Amino acid sequence: MLLITCPFCGPRPELEFGYAGEAHVVRAQDPREVSDSQWTEYLYQRSNVRGVHAERWRHAHGCAQFFNALRDTTTDHFVATYRIGESRPDAAVEAGR
Amino acid sequence: MQRFSAFALVKHALSGHQHWQPQWRDATPKPAYDAVIVGGGGHGLGAAYYLAKEHGLRNIAVLEKGWIGGGNTGRNTTIIRSNYLFDESAALYDHALKLWEGLSQDINYNVMFSQRGVLMLAHNVHDEQSFKRHIHANRLNGVDNEWLTPAQAKEFCPPLNISGNMRHPVLGAALQRRAGTARHDAVAWGYARAADALGVDIIQNCEVTAIHRDAFGHVTGVTTSRGEIATRKIGVSAAGNSSVVMGMAGLRMPLESFPLQALVSEPIKPIFPCVVMSNTIHAYMSQSDKGELVIGAGTDAYTSYTQRGALHISAHTLEAICELFPDFRRMRMLRNWGGIVDVTPDRSPIIAKTPVPGLYVNCGWGTGGFKATPGAAHLFAWTIARGEPHTINAPFNLERFARGMLIDEAAAAAVAH
Ligand SMILES: Cc1cc2nc3c(=O)[nH]c(=O)nc-3n(C[C@H](O)[C@H](O)[C@H](O)COP(=O)(O)OP(=O)(O)OC[C@H]3O[C@@H](n4cnc5c(N)ncnc54)[C@H](O)[C@@H]3O)c2cc1C
Ligand SMILES: [Zn+2]
Repeated sequence: MLLITCPFCGPRPELEFGYAGEAHVVRAQDPREVSDSQWTEYLYQRSNVRGVHAERWRHAHGCAQFFNALRDTTTDHFVATYRIGESRPDAAVEAGR
Repeated sequence: MQRFSAFALVKHALSGHQHWQPQWRDATPKPAYDAVIVGGGGHGLGAAYYLAKEHGLRNIAVLEKGWIGGGNTGRNTTIIRSNYLFDESAALYDHALKLWEGLSQDINYNVMFSQRGVLMLAHNVHDEQSFKRHIHANRLNGVDNEWLTPAQAKEFCPPLNISGNMRHPVLGAALQRRAGTARHDAVAWGYARAADALGVDIIQNCEVTAIHRDAFGHVTGVTTSRGEIATRKIGVSAAGNSSVVMGMAGLRMPLESFPLQALVSEPIKPIFPCVVMSNTIHAYMSQSDKGELVIGAGTDAYTSYTQRGALHISAHTLEAICELFPDFRRMRMLRNWGGIVDVTPDRSPIIAKTPVPGLYVNCGWGTGGFKATPGAAHLFAWTIARGEPHTINAPFNLERFARGMLIDEAAAAAVAH
């Protein structure tokens, strides 16, 4: 079981969290302007990264907040967790190397 | 190829079994091939076999980054069935089931296909309605599937607990009698041996790291850990790593890769006559010919490439097993492991050509592609050889996501195994 650091509550066991898929997938501002292939990209296509992956988690059985995380999918090691609205802390990835 | 037979067995026994040939050559990569398959699982090896046997392509290589069958083919719980809801799926999986029925003879290799029946348990009203709907839909498609009462289910599988005081009582079951299991390693080895006999190069420890294209976008070859290989046709059958390999040609896929686990018990005498699946409380079980109980657990919540899963996932499954089969409560588990399964949004696979000329893909089999091995391989070979899909796999294309033509087995409630 993973130990995940909620940016609001600190380290907690994985069972308290829900996984919510890839982060930073942006819904179009004006859906009328969007083509079928752009919808496909938004709805279905995923990076499915082998390496550092940006993803959403929710501390469902805690503060109930959504937040983002960078996790290495080859080791399941969490590089960083950060709040919604903050940009991807890639410096943390470099620092971890 | 040295054929296997009772006579050959007796003959080799006389010389102490010292003179069997290796089952396939340890091939080294040639500079160029007519077609290259990326991924030496059952699907990729099978595709090479059918390309050689049915489409006359002999100058082919299967490139495997590890050892053949070391991916999900050698890690799965080997449940084979075809009672899927939608017409497209029933046609696809039943095509595979029919090929399983003749496979050992076809490739002269005992894949130990055993049609012992798969029982899917219903634990609530929704299950019961959904399974009955499946049974009717299957019947219209000529696929066998029947409804059993709890007493009939217990008669078919005596260790099953049907007492009313369980947290999730058994309200009935759907039984596909033609369904069953096969020996996973034998499927990889049997296809490798049969393909090798037709001239296919099986190349292990050979990881594809780049896909090359010409000015028109057409594929021209691959870079591998064992050098450059030129080819105009590439078939990617890389299961959990499909997004990674397709990314080498600049394509983004509708896939996510999750760890899925299985475990086996200490071996015991034959006690478990069939396969039992419970989607609702999430447990799958059968008994191997070695006597181990083979148990399938769920996927982890998050995407990963680690080939291991979390302990609480398998613990959850064992709780369900202990409730369904109280006889096994005191058994010890010997091994557990994980594989990485590539899951599509509609839980149906993709066997298709791609927007990149010369590049074909067979992926998205998720938690349930072992059962499809001969069918997927056969249809993938057809698609690669002709540059067009067979009618059975035509609906399983990449464009269905843009066109909204999903084959939504996920919504149809059945977990995929
Ligand atoms: C625990 C578990 C239980 C399962 N239970 C069932 C079940 O009961 N019934 C069922 O029908 N299905 C089941 N499945 C699913 C099933 O195992 C798969 O759908 C099926 O085996 C996929 O076959 P494959 O040949 O496509 O993949 P694999 O056997 O995984 O083959 C893909 C190969 O590609 C290779 N590869 C990847 N990247 C590269 C590269 N860059 N270069 C070269 N080679 C590469 C890999 O090393 C691998 O050997 C289960 C899966 C798991 C993990
Ligand atoms: Zn929290």
